[in-house]
Amino acid sequence: MNEQLLALADDELIVGWRDSEWTGIAPLLEEDVAFSSIAQNEIGHARAVYELLVGSDGDADALAFDREPEAYRSAPLVELHLLDWAHTIARRWLYELADEIRITALKDDPEPGIAGLAAKIDREEAYHRLHAELWHERLRDEPRFRRAVEELWPYALGVLPAELRGELARRAGLAEVAPVERGTHTAELAALWEEMTMVRRSAPAGARW
Amino acid sequence: MVALSARRVWEALEEIPDPEIPVVSLVDLGVIRSVELRGERVRIELTPTFLGCPALDAMKRALERTIAELGAQPEVEVVTDDSWSTDRITPAGREKLRAAGFAPPAPRQASAPRLVQLQAKVFRCPYCGSTETRLENLFGPTPCRSLRYCERCRQPFEQFKTI
Repeated sequence: MNEQLLALADDELIVGWRDSEWTGIAPLLEEDVAFSSIAQNEIGHARAVYELLVGSDGDADALAFDREPEAYRSAPLVELHLLDWAHTIARRWLYELADEIRITALKDDPEPGIAGLAAKIDREEAYHRLHAELWHERLRDEPRFRRAVEELWPYALGVLPAELRGELARRAGLAEVAPVERGTHTAELAALWEEMTMVRRSAPAGARW
Repeated sequence: MVALSARRVWEALEEIPDPEIPVVSLVDLGVIRSVELRGERVRIELTPTFLGCPALDAMKRALERTIAELGAQPEVEVVTDDSWSTDRITPAGREKLRAAGFAPPAPRQASAPRLVQLQAKVFRCPYCGSTETRLENLFGPTPCRSLRYCERCRQPFEQFKTI
C-alpha cells in the first residue's frame, strides 16, 4: 500500500470530520455553510483516494473504517479537537498551506491514476485555500490568532515529509521547529474514531446501505 | 430488434436530469465522457463534477436504468481523473442554468482562481444582467456553487464555481 497516499486519505477523512463539527454551530451562518461544504469536499477526496488504493474490486469503506485507531496514518494536526474559532481557522490555514505542497508534488507522480486524481483534488482545494486566505487576512494581526498559529505550527510541519517542510516554512513565513510527527496519535483520536466508526461497527455483517 | 446506435443512446441520456439541478441534463453538464456500444452492452464513462458530490451514485443509477430501458446491458464506469472542468458544460446547459437563476461558471483560466478575480465586478446577475454583484460566500448549498449578491436588483443568487 502506498503509505503517502494512505496518509493523505486519512488526513482528509479526519479533517473532514473535524470541520463538520462546526455544522450548525459556527459563529456565522455563512461559515456554517462554508465548513459543511469544505468537510464534504475533504471526505470526498478521502473516498476517492481510498478507492484508488483498494482498486476497482476493493472495499473503500473497509479501508476507511475497519482499522483500529492506531493503524490510521493521519497527522496529529487533523486529529486535534479544537473548540475555538482562532484555533480552527489557524488549523485550516496551516493545513491548506501544507496540503497544497503535497498535492502539487503528487500532480507530477509517474502513475497517471495518481497524478490525475491529484489534479482533480487540486482544483477543488483552490476554493479551500481562498477561504483560508480570506480569514488569514482578517485575523493575521489578532493576538489570539497568532498564538493559535504558533501553537499549531509544529503540528503543521508534521503533515509533510521532511523534504517538503522548508517550503511550508517559507510559505507560512515561520521558522522551522521540531515537528509533531505523523505516526504518533493524539489522545483525541480515540474518541473521534468511536464516533466515526459507530454506525459501521453496529451494523450486522453484510448490511447494505 | 433494431440495433441500438450511439446516437440513440446519447438522445436518451439527454433526457436524464441532474439530480440536484434538474433544469440541466447529464449531457448538458458534460459529465458523460464517452459512450461505447459493445454488442448487447453499453459502456459509459461518467466523471464526477466534485469528488464529494453525493449526486454521483444517483447519476450512476439513472444511467443504468436508462440503458436497461433501451434493452441493453449497462456498464457505467466512474472515472476520477482530471478530465471534467466547468468548461465542459455545454452552451445549451449554460443557457438553461442562467434561465433558472444560476449564474453559469466563468471560463477557466490557466491558473487557479484568485480572490481578486472573485471579488471583481465581472460576475453577471442571472436575473437583471448587472455586474454590480459581490461575493457573499465562496461556498453554497452544494460543492459546485458560490453565493453572490446583486447590488442592483438586491437579489442573492448562486454562482457556479469555475473548476
